[in-house]
Amino acid sequence: MRKRSLTLLSDGTLFRRENTLYFENERGRKPLAVEGIYDIYIYGHVTITSQALHYLAQKGISVHFFNHYGHYDGSFYPRESLNSGDLVIRQAEHYLDREKRLKLARLFVRGSALNMERNLRRWKVNDGFSEELRELLEELEGARKITEVMNVEARIREAYYSRWDGHLPEGFKIVKRTRRPPENEMNALISFLNSRLYATIVSELYNTQLVPTVSYLHEPGERRFSLALDLSEIFKPIVADRLATRLVTKRMLSKEHFREELNGVLLTKEGMKKVLSEYEKELTKSVKHPELKRNVTKKRLIRLEAYKLIKHLVGVKEYEPLVAWF
Amino acid sequence: MSSEEYPITDLLITGTEINYLFICPTKLWYFAKGITMEQENEWVDLGRFLHEQRYANEEKEVLVGSIKIDFIRRGDTIEVHEVKLGKSMEKAHEMQALYYLYYLKKLGIKAKAVLHYPKLNETKEVTLDGREGEIEKAIKEVERIKSLPAPPKPVKSKKCLKCAYYELCWV
Repeated sequence: MRKRSLTLLSDGTLFRRENTLYFENERGRKPLAVEGIYDIYIYGHVTITSQALHYLAQKGISVHFFNHYGHYDGSFYPRESLNSGDLVIRQAEHYLDREKRLKLARLFVRGSALNMERNLRRWKVNDGFSEELRELLEELEGARKITEVMNVEARIREAYYSRWDGHLPEGFKIVKRTRRPPENEMNALISFLNSRLYATIVSELYNTQLVPTVSYLHEPGERRFSLALDLSEIFKPIVADRLATRLVTKRMLSKEHFREELNGVLLTKEGMKKVLSEYEKELTKSVKHPELKRNVTKKRLIRLEAYKLIKHLVGVKEYEPLVAWF
Repeated sequence: MSSEEYPITDLLITGTEINYLFICPTKLWYFAKGITMEQENEWVDLGRFLHEQRYANEEKEVLVGSIKIDFIRRGDTIEVHEVKLGKSMEKAHEMQALYYLYYLKKLGIKAKAVLHYPKLNETKEVTLDGREGEIEKAIKEVERIKSLPAPPKPVKSKKCLKCAYYELCWV
Protein backbone atom coordinates (compact mmCIF):
# COMPACT_ATOMS: atom_id res chain seq x y z
CA MET A 1 0.00 0.00 0.00
CA ARG A 2 1.37 3.38 -0.92
CA LYS A 3 1.24 5.79 1.98
CA ARG A 4 -0.38 9.12 1.32
CA SER A 5 -0.18 12.64 2.60
CA LEU A 6 -3.17 13.81 4.59
CA THR A 7 -4.17 17.46 4.33
CA LEU A 8 -6.60 18.94 6.85
CA LEU A 9 -8.15 22.17 5.64
CA SER A 10 -11.20 22.18 7.87
CA ASP A 11 -11.37 22.86 11.61
CA GLY A 12 -11.68 19.97 14.03
CA THR A 13 -9.99 17.67 16.48
CA LEU A 14 -7.42 14.95 15.86
CA PHE A 15 -7.41 12.32 18.57
CA ARG A 16 -6.62 8.71 19.26
CA ARG A 17 -8.97 6.13 20.70
CA GLU A 18 -7.62 2.60 21.20
CA ASN A 19 -5.38 2.12 18.18
CA THR A 20 -7.28 4.32 15.82
CA LEU A 21 -6.73 7.90 14.86
CA TYR A 22 -9.87 10.00 14.35
CA PHE A 23 -10.59 13.39 12.88
CA GLU A 24 -13.77 14.90 14.20
CA ASN A 25 -15.51 18.05 13.06
CA GLU A 26 -19.06 19.31 12.77
CA ARG A 27 -19.68 16.90 9.91
CA GLY A 28 -18.87 13.89 12.03
CA ARG A 29 -16.13 11.60 13.20
CA LYS A 30 -13.87 9.95 10.66
CA PRO A 31 -11.42 7.14 11.43
CA LEU A 32 -8.07 7.48 9.67
CA ALA A 33 -6.02 4.45 8.66
CA VAL A 34 -2.73 5.33 10.28
CA GLU A 35 -0.75 2.72 8.32
CA GLY A 36 -1.70 4.51 5.14
CA ILE A 37 -0.56 7.98 6.25
CA TYR A 38 2.83 9.25 5.15
CA ASP A 39 2.64 12.71 6.69
CA ILE A 40 0.04 15.32 7.70
CA TYR A 41 -0.42 18.94 6.61
CA ILE A 42 -2.67 21.10 8.75
CA TYR A 43 -4.19 24.33 7.47
CA GLY A 44 -7.38 24.45 9.53
CA HIS A 45 -7.82 25.20 13.22
CA VAL A 46 -7.09 21.76 14.54
CA THR A 47 -6.83 20.58 18.12
CA ILE A 48 -4.52 17.61 18.54
CA THR A 49 -4.43 15.52 21.68
CA SER A 50 -1.11 14.42 23.10
CA GLN A 51 -2.26 10.82 22.69
CA ALA A 52 -2.62 11.41 18.97
CA LEU A 53 0.86 12.91 18.86
CA HIS A 54 2.33 9.96 20.76
CA TYR A 55 0.77 7.63 18.23
CA LEU A 56 2.02 9.65 15.26
CA ALA A 57 5.51 9.75 16.74
CA GLN A 58 5.44 5.99 17.16
CA LYS A 59 4.52 5.59 13.51
CA GLY A 60 7.14 8.13 12.38
CA ILE A 61 4.58 10.51 10.87
CA SER A 62 5.54 14.19 10.68
CA VAL A 63 2.87 16.86 11.06
CA HIS A 64 3.31 20.24 9.37
CA PHE A 65 1.40 23.31 10.50
CA PHE A 66 0.44 26.30 8.38
CA ASN A 67 -1.11 29.47 9.71
CA HIS A 68 -4.25 31.28 8.70
CA TYR A 69 -2.41 32.83 5.75
CA GLY A 70 -1.08 29.49 4.52
CA HIS A 71 2.46 30.25 5.68
CA TYR A 72 4.53 27.49 7.18
CA ASP A 73 4.62 27.65 10.97
CA GLY A 74 6.52 24.56 11.98
CA SER A 75 6.51 20.80 12.16
CA PHE A 76 5.97 18.09 14.68
CA TYR A 77 9.06 16.14 13.71
CA PRO A 78 9.09 12.85 15.62
CA ARG A 79 12.26 11.70 17.29
CA GLU A 80 14.71 10.61 14.62
CA SER A 81 14.64 6.87 14.14
CA LEU A 82 17.19 6.74 11.37
CA ASN A 83 20.62 7.67 12.58
CA SER A 84 24.00 7.30 11.05
CA GLY A 85 26.81 8.84 13.06
CA ASP A 86 29.06 8.32 10.11
CA LEU A 87 26.86 10.36 7.79
CA VAL A 88 26.38 13.17 10.30
CA ILE A 89 30.13 13.57 10.51
CA ARG A 90 30.46 13.68 6.76
CA GLN A 91 27.65 16.21 6.48
CA ALA A 92 29.46 18.44 8.95
CA GLU A 93 32.78 17.89 7.21
CA HIS A 94 31.30 19.16 3.95
CA TYR A 95 30.06 22.24 5.74
CA LEU A 96 33.28 23.00 7.59
CA ASP A 97 35.54 22.53 4.59
CA ARG A 98 35.15 25.78 2.62
CA GLU A 99 35.78 24.26 -0.78
CA LYS A 100 33.44 21.36 -0.18
CA ARG A 101 30.71 23.66 1.02
CA LEU A 102 31.11 26.05 -1.91
CA LYS A 103 30.92 23.17 -4.34
CA LEU A 104 27.58 21.99 -3.00
CA ALA A 105 26.20 25.52 -2.72
CA ARG A 106 27.07 26.19 -6.36
CA LEU A 107 25.49 22.93 -7.45
CA PHE A 108 22.20 23.81 -5.79
CA VAL A 109 22.14 27.18 -7.54
CA ARG A 110 23.18 25.64 -10.83
CA GLY A 111 20.45 22.99 -10.69
CA SER A 112 17.88 25.59 -9.80
CA ALA A 113 18.95 27.83 -12.68
CA LEU A 114 18.88 25.04 -15.25
CA ASN A 115 15.37 24.14 -14.14
CA MET A 116 14.32 27.77 -14.55
CA GLU A 117 15.78 27.71 -18.04
CA ARG A 118 13.85 24.55 -18.78
CA ASN A 119 10.63 26.25 -17.70
CA LEU A 120 11.18 29.32 -19.83
CA ARG A 121 11.81 27.14 -22.89
CA ARG A 122 8.63 25.22 -22.17
CA TRP A 123 6.70 28.44 -21.91
CA LYS A 124 8.45 29.80 -25.02
CA VAL A 125 9.57 32.97 -23.26
CA ASN A 126 13.29 32.25 -23.07
CA ASP A 127 14.06 35.57 -24.76
CA GLY A 128 17.80 35.76 -24.27
CA PHE A 129 17.70 34.14 -20.84
CA SER A 130 19.97 31.25 -21.85
CA GLU A 131 22.69 33.60 -23.05
CA GLU A 132 22.46 35.68 -19.89
CA LEU A 133 22.47 32.50 -17.83
CA ARG A 134 25.67 31.18 -19.44
CA GLU A 135 27.47 34.28 -18.23
CA LEU A 136 25.97 34.14 -14.78
CA LEU A 137 26.87 30.47 -14.44
CA GLU A 138 30.42 31.27 -15.35
CA GLU A 139 30.45 33.90 -12.65
CA LEU A 140 29.00 31.31 -10.28
CA GLU A 141 31.92 28.97 -10.91
CA GLY A 142 34.29 31.73 -9.89
CA ALA A 143 32.41 32.62 -6.70
CA ARG A 144 34.72 32.28 -3.71
CA LYS A 145 32.26 33.02 -0.95
CA ILE A 146 28.76 31.89 -0.10
CA THR A 147 27.57 35.51 -0.24
CA GLU A 148 28.83 35.71 -3.83
CA VAL A 149 26.97 32.50 -4.67
CA MET A 150 23.83 33.98 -3.14
CA ASN A 151 24.31 37.16 -5.11
CA VAL A 152 24.53 35.33 -8.44
CA GLU A 153 21.49 33.31 -7.46
CA ALA A 154 19.47 36.48 -6.85
CA ARG A 155 20.43 37.86 -10.27
CA ILE A 156 19.48 34.61 -12.03
CA ARG A 157 16.15 34.66 -10.28
CA GLU A 158 15.49 38.24 -11.28
CA ALA A 159 16.26 37.46 -14.93
CA TYR A 160 13.91 34.51 -14.69
CA TYR A 161 10.97 36.40 -13.16
CA SER A 162 11.09 39.11 -15.78
CA ARG A 163 10.61 36.51 -18.57
CA TRP A 164 8.15 34.35 -16.70
CA ASP A 165 5.71 37.25 -16.63
CA GLY A 166 5.59 37.11 -20.42
CA HIS A 167 3.76 33.79 -20.18
CA LEU A 168 1.29 34.79 -17.48
CA PRO A 169 -2.20 36.17 -18.20
CA GLU A 170 -3.17 39.74 -17.32
CA GLY A 171 -4.03 40.10 -13.66
CA PHE A 172 -1.64 37.30 -12.73
CA LYS A 173 1.71 38.86 -13.47
CA ILE A 174 4.40 38.74 -10.83
CA VAL A 175 5.88 42.17 -11.71
CA LYS A 176 8.03 42.14 -8.63
CA ARG A 177 8.54 39.23 -6.28
CA THR A 178 7.19 40.20 -2.87
CA ARG A 179 7.06 37.81 0.03
CA ARG A 180 5.88 39.07 3.38
CA PRO A 181 3.33 40.24 2.55
CA PRO A 182 2.74 39.06 -1.02
CA GLU A 183 1.44 42.13 -2.82
CA ASN A 184 -0.54 40.47 -5.58
CA GLU A 185 -2.21 37.20 -6.55
CA MET A 186 0.72 35.54 -8.28
CA ASN A 187 3.07 36.37 -5.44
CA ALA A 188 0.57 34.93 -2.98
CA LEU A 189 0.26 31.76 -5.02
CA ILE A 190 4.03 31.28 -5.36
CA SER A 191 4.60 31.82 -1.65
CA PHE A 192 1.82 29.42 -0.74
CA LEU A 193 3.20 26.67 -2.98
CA ASN A 194 6.78 27.23 -1.82
CA SER A 195 5.71 26.80 1.81
CA ARG A 196 3.97 23.56 1.00
CA LEU A 197 6.93 22.31 -1.00
CA TYR A 198 9.31 23.14 1.82
CA ALA A 199 7.25 21.02 4.22
CA THR A 200 7.15 18.16 1.70
CA ILE A 201 10.93 18.20 1.57
CA VAL A 202 11.16 18.24 5.38
CA SER A 203 9.06 15.05 5.38
CA GLU A 204 11.30 13.41 2.81
CA LEU A 205 14.42 14.28 4.77
CA TYR A 206 12.85 12.78 7.87
CA ASN A 207 12.83 9.47 6.04
CA THR A 208 16.56 9.55 5.34
CA GLN A 209 19.63 9.61 7.58
CA LEU A 210 20.46 13.18 6.56
CA VAL A 211 20.40 15.73 9.36
CA PRO A 212 17.97 18.43 8.14
CA THR A 213 19.73 21.28 9.95
CA VAL A 214 23.15 20.98 8.31
CA SER A 215 23.04 22.81 4.99
CA TYR A 216 25.38 24.32 2.44
CA LEU A 217 23.82 27.13 0.41
CA HIS A 218 21.71 28.37 3.28
CA GLU A 219 23.35 28.93 6.61
CA PRO A 220 22.54 26.19 9.14
CA GLY A 221 20.23 27.58 11.73
CA GLU A 222 19.04 30.33 9.43
CA ARG A 223 15.83 28.42 9.78
CA ARG A 224 15.41 25.14 11.50
CA PHE A 225 15.56 22.78 8.55
CA SER A 226 17.90 24.64 6.28
CA LEU A 227 18.84 21.56 4.25
CA ALA A 228 15.23 21.49 3.06
CA LEU A 229 15.75 25.06 1.85
CA ASP A 230 18.83 23.97 -0.11
CA LEU A 231 16.91 21.19 -1.81
CA SER A 232 13.89 23.37 -2.44
CA GLU A 233 16.01 25.48 -4.80
CA ILE A 234 16.04 22.52 -7.18
CA PHE A 235 12.34 21.78 -6.89
CA LYS A 236 10.76 25.24 -6.74
CA PRO A 237 10.95 25.81 -10.51
CA ILE A 238 9.80 22.34 -11.55
CA VAL A 239 7.08 21.85 -8.95
CA ALA A 240 5.85 25.16 -7.55
CA ASP A 241 6.43 27.48 -10.51
CA ARG A 242 5.04 25.09 -13.07
CA LEU A 243 1.96 24.38 -11.02
CA ALA A 244 1.36 28.07 -10.29
CA THR A 245 1.58 28.80 -14.00
CA ARG A 246 -0.76 26.01 -14.96
CA LEU A 247 -3.35 27.07 -12.37
CA VAL A 248 -3.66 30.55 -13.78
CA THR A 249 -3.15 29.95 -17.50
CA LYS A 250 -5.74 27.16 -17.48
CA ARG A 251 -8.00 29.44 -15.47
CA MET A 252 -8.38 26.95 -12.66
CA LEU A 253 -7.89 29.91 -10.34
CA SER A 254 -9.53 33.27 -10.71
CA LYS A 255 -9.51 36.54 -8.82
CA GLU A 256 -12.30 35.19 -6.60
CA HIS A 257 -9.87 32.69 -5.14
CA PHE A 258 -7.90 35.51 -3.56
CA ARG A 259 -8.66 38.10 -0.94
CA GLU A 260 -6.93 41.24 0.14
CA GLU A 261 -6.09 41.69 3.78
CA LEU A 262 -3.91 43.85 5.92
CA ASN A 263 -1.32 41.11 5.45
CA GLY A 264 -1.31 41.38 1.69
CA VAL A 265 -3.07 39.29 -0.90
CA LEU A 266 -3.98 35.79 0.21
CA LEU A 267 -5.68 32.71 -1.13
CA THR A 268 -9.20 32.10 0.12
CA LYS A 269 -10.15 28.76 1.66
CA GLU A 270 -11.61 27.70 -1.68
CA GLY A 271 -8.45 28.83 -3.42
CA MET A 272 -6.25 26.86 -1.02
CA LYS A 273 -8.41 23.79 -1.54
CA LYS A 274 -8.03 23.98 -5.28
CA VAL A 275 -4.28 24.58 -5.12
CA LEU A 276 -3.64 21.81 -2.61
CA SER A 277 -5.62 19.24 -4.52
CA GLU A 278 -3.69 20.07 -7.70
CA TYR A 279 -0.43 19.96 -5.76
CA GLU A 280 -1.18 16.46 -4.47
CA LYS A 281 -2.08 15.32 -7.97
CA GLU A 282 1.10 16.82 -9.35
CA LEU A 283 3.37 15.08 -6.85
CA THR A 284 1.84 11.66 -7.47
CA LYS A 285 2.33 11.89 -11.24
CA SER A 286 5.16 9.73 -12.36
CA VAL A 287 7.91 10.06 -14.89
CA LYS A 288 10.26 7.45 -16.26
CA HIS A 289 13.64 7.80 -14.63
CA PRO A 290 16.44 7.44 -17.18
CA GLU A 291 19.00 6.01 -14.73
CA LEU A 292 16.71 3.81 -12.68
CA LYS A 293 14.65 2.74 -15.71
CA ARG A 294 11.60 2.82 -13.50
CA ASN A 295 8.64 5.08 -13.09
CA VAL A 296 9.03 7.35 -10.11
CA THR A 297 6.61 9.92 -8.76
CA LYS A 298 7.62 13.57 -8.68
CA LYS A 299 7.60 13.32 -4.92
CA ARG A 300 10.02 10.42 -5.06
CA LEU A 301 12.38 12.60 -7.07
CA ILE A 302 12.88 14.62 -3.89
CA ARG A 303 13.94 11.50 -2.03
CA LEU A 304 16.25 10.51 -4.85
CA GLU A 305 17.86 13.92 -4.61
CA ALA A 306 18.53 13.22 -0.94
CA TYR A 307 20.08 9.87 -1.89
CA LYS A 308 22.33 11.58 -4.43
CA LEU A 309 23.45 13.95 -1.72
CA ILE A 310 24.22 11.00 0.60
CA LYS A 311 26.32 9.44 -2.15
CA HIS A 312 28.21 12.68 -2.61
CA LEU A 313 28.86 12.93 1.12
CA VAL A 314 30.16 9.37 1.46
CA GLY A 315 32.29 9.79 -1.63
CA VAL A 316 30.58 7.41 -4.04
CA LYS A 317 29.49 9.82 -6.74
CA GLU A 318 29.59 13.58 -7.15
CA TYR A 319 26.24 15.24 -6.70
CA GLU A 320 24.60 16.32 -9.92
CA PRO A 321 21.42 18.25 -9.35
CA LEU A 322 18.23 17.09 -11.00
CA VAL A 323 17.52 18.95 -14.21
CA ALA A 324 14.04 18.17 -15.43
CA TRP A 325 13.95 16.05 -18.58
CA PHE A 326 10.15 16.04 -18.42
CA MET B 1 43.65 -19.84 10.65
CA SER B 2 42.90 -21.22 14.09
CA SER B 3 39.60 -20.60 15.78
CA GLU B 4 41.49 -19.13 18.71
CA GLU B 5 41.79 -15.96 16.68
CA TYR B 6 38.42 -14.56 17.69
CA PRO B 7 37.79 -14.29 21.40
CA ILE B 8 34.10 -13.65 22.04
CA THR B 9 34.70 -10.02 23.04
CA ASP B 10 35.93 -9.31 19.51
CA LEU B 11 32.84 -10.66 17.83
CA LEU B 12 30.96 -7.44 17.40
CA ILE B 13 29.31 -8.06 14.09
CA THR B 14 25.67 -9.02 13.66
CA GLY B 15 24.06 -11.92 11.87
CA THR B 16 22.55 -9.51 9.36
CA GLU B 17 26.01 -8.27 8.44
CA ILE B 18 27.21 -11.81 7.72
CA ASN B 19 24.04 -12.38 5.72
CA TYR B 20 24.55 -9.18 3.67
CA LEU B 21 28.15 -10.10 2.93
CA PHE B 22 26.86 -12.98 0.81
CA ILE B 23 24.13 -10.88 -0.79
CA CYS B 24 25.97 -7.69 -1.62
CA PRO B 25 29.05 -5.98 -0.11
CA THR B 26 27.70 -2.54 -1.07
CA LYS B 27 24.54 -3.14 0.92
CA LEU B 28 26.65 -4.40 3.79
CA TRP B 29 28.73 -1.22 3.85
CA TYR B 30 25.72 1.14 3.84
CA PHE B 31 23.91 -0.96 6.42
CA ALA B 32 26.92 -1.09 8.72
CA LYS B 33 27.25 2.72 8.54
CA GLY B 34 23.65 3.14 9.64
CA ILE B 35 22.45 4.12 6.16
CA THR B 36 19.58 1.69 6.24
CA MET B 37 16.72 1.32 3.81
CA GLU B 38 14.87 -1.62 5.29
CA GLN B 39 12.23 0.51 6.98
CA GLU B 40 10.32 1.04 3.75
CA ASN B 41 10.80 -2.24 1.97
CA GLU B 42 7.66 -4.29 1.51
CA TRP B 43 9.63 -7.55 1.52
CA VAL B 44 10.99 -6.71 4.93
CA ASP B 45 7.45 -6.01 6.16
CA LEU B 46 6.29 -9.31 4.72
CA GLY B 47 9.09 -11.16 6.48
CA ARG B 48 8.24 -9.53 9.79
CA PHE B 49 4.58 -10.30 9.38
CA LEU B 50 5.23 -13.95 8.55
CA HIS B 51 7.50 -14.28 11.53
CA GLU B 52 5.00 -12.75 13.94
CA GLN B 53 2.02 -14.74 12.71
CA ARG B 54 3.48 -18.15 12.09
CA TYR B 55 5.76 -18.46 15.09
CA ALA B 56 3.61 -16.63 17.60
CA ASN B 57 4.24 -19.08 20.44
CA GLU B 58 8.00 -19.36 20.18
CA GLU B 59 10.63 -17.73 22.33
CA LYS B 60 11.43 -14.95 19.89
CA GLU B 61 14.13 -12.42 19.14
CA VAL B 62 16.64 -13.84 21.54
CA LEU B 63 19.49 -11.44 22.06
CA VAL B 64 22.94 -12.88 22.84
CA GLY B 65 25.72 -10.29 22.73
CA SER B 66 25.78 -8.89 19.21
CA ILE B 67 23.52 -11.51 17.67
CA LYS B 68 19.74 -11.61 17.62
CA ILE B 69 18.19 -14.96 16.89
CA ASP B 70 14.69 -15.19 15.37
CA PHE B 71 13.69 -17.83 17.92
CA ILE B 72 15.18 -20.68 19.91
CA ARG B 73 13.93 -24.04 21.14
CA ARG B 74 15.49 -25.73 24.10
CA GLY B 75 15.64 -29.53 24.11
CA ASP B 76 18.53 -31.95 24.48
CA THR B 77 20.46 -29.41 22.45
CA ILE B 78 19.71 -25.79 21.87
CA GLU B 79 18.12 -25.09 18.48
CA VAL B 80 18.59 -21.77 16.76
CA HIS B 81 15.80 -20.98 14.32
CA GLU B 82 15.91 -18.45 11.53
CA VAL B 83 12.90 -17.60 9.38
CA LYS B 84 13.35 -16.63 5.73
CA LEU B 85 11.00 -15.83 2.88
CA GLY B 86 12.50 -17.51 -0.16
CA LYS B 87 15.50 -19.64 -0.97
CA SER B 88 17.19 -17.38 -3.48
CA MET B 89 19.69 -16.19 -0.86
CA GLU B 90 20.23 -19.64 0.62
CA LYS B 91 24.00 -19.29 0.96
CA ALA B 92 23.58 -16.03 2.91
CA HIS B 93 21.01 -17.65 5.19
CA GLU B 94 23.27 -20.60 5.85
CA MET B 95 26.27 -18.42 6.67
CA GLN B 96 24.17 -16.32 9.03
CA ALA B 97 23.07 -19.49 10.84
CA LEU B 98 26.64 -20.77 10.92
CA TYR B 99 27.77 -17.51 12.46
CA TYR B 100 25.24 -17.93 15.25
CA LEU B 101 26.48 -21.44 15.90
CA TYR B 102 30.07 -20.22 15.87
CA TYR B 103 29.19 -17.42 18.27
CA LEU B 104 27.42 -19.77 20.65
CA LYS B 105 30.25 -22.25 20.51
CA LYS B 106 32.62 -19.52 21.68
CA LEU B 107 30.33 -19.14 24.67
CA GLY B 108 30.58 -22.86 25.27
CA ILE B 109 27.07 -23.57 23.98
CA LYS B 110 26.61 -26.43 21.58
CA ALA B 111 23.71 -25.83 19.24
CA LYS B 112 22.27 -26.63 15.86
CA ALA B 113 20.43 -24.34 13.51
CA VAL B 114 17.22 -24.69 11.54
CA LEU B 115 16.32 -22.46 8.62
CA HIS B 116 12.59 -22.07 8.05
CA TYR B 117 11.00 -21.33 4.72
CA PRO B 118 7.33 -21.14 5.73
CA LYS B 119 6.18 -20.03 2.29
CA LEU B 120 7.73 -23.15 0.76
CA ASN B 121 6.86 -25.32 3.74
CA GLU B 122 10.48 -26.40 4.03
CA THR B 123 13.14 -26.44 6.71
CA LYS B 124 16.86 -27.01 6.51
CA GLU B 125 19.26 -28.02 9.25
CA VAL B 126 22.68 -26.46 9.56
CA THR B 127 25.51 -27.69 11.77
CA LEU B 128 28.85 -26.15 12.43
CA ASP B 129 31.11 -29.23 12.38
CA GLY B 130 34.35 -28.36 10.74
CA ARG B 131 33.14 -25.17 9.11
CA GLU B 132 34.77 -22.75 11.57
CA GLY B 133 37.34 -21.72 8.97
CA GLU B 134 34.60 -20.69 6.53
CA ILE B 135 32.95 -18.45 9.08
CA GLU B 136 36.22 -16.93 10.24
CA LYS B 137 36.98 -15.99 6.69
CA ALA B 138 33.57 -14.35 6.42
CA ILE B 139 34.07 -12.41 9.67
CA LYS B 140 37.37 -11.08 8.39
CA GLU B 141 35.76 -10.01 5.14
CA VAL B 142 32.91 -8.21 6.92
CA GLU B 143 35.45 -6.33 9.01
CA ARG B 144 37.46 -5.41 5.95
CA ILE B 145 34.42 -4.03 4.10
CA LYS B 146 33.22 -2.09 7.15
CA SER B 147 36.60 -0.41 7.40
CA LEU B 148 36.55 0.88 3.80
CA PRO B 149 36.23 4.68 3.52
CA ALA B 150 33.56 4.37 0.80
CA PRO B 151 31.20 1.54 -0.15
CA PRO B 152 32.37 -1.05 -2.70
CA LYS B 153 31.12 -0.36 -6.21
CA PRO B 154 27.77 -2.12 -6.70
CA VAL B 155 27.36 -4.84 -9.29
CA LYS B 156 24.01 -4.87 -11.02
CA SER B 157 22.20 -8.18 -10.93
CA LYS B 158 18.72 -9.63 -10.81
CA LYS B 159 18.63 -9.36 -7.03
CA CYS B 160 18.95 -5.56 -7.22
CA LEU B 161 15.37 -5.35 -8.47
CA LYS B 162 13.82 -6.29 -5.14
CA CYS B 163 16.50 -4.68 -2.99
CA ALA B 164 15.63 -1.76 -0.73
CA TYR B 165 18.93 -0.13 -1.73
CA TYR B 166 18.14 -0.18 -5.45
CA GLU B 167 17.50 3.57 -5.76
CA LEU B 168 20.43 4.52 -3.58
CA CYS B 169 22.84 2.42 -5.64
CA TRP B 170 21.64 3.26 -9.10
CA VAL B 171 20.40 6.85 -9.00
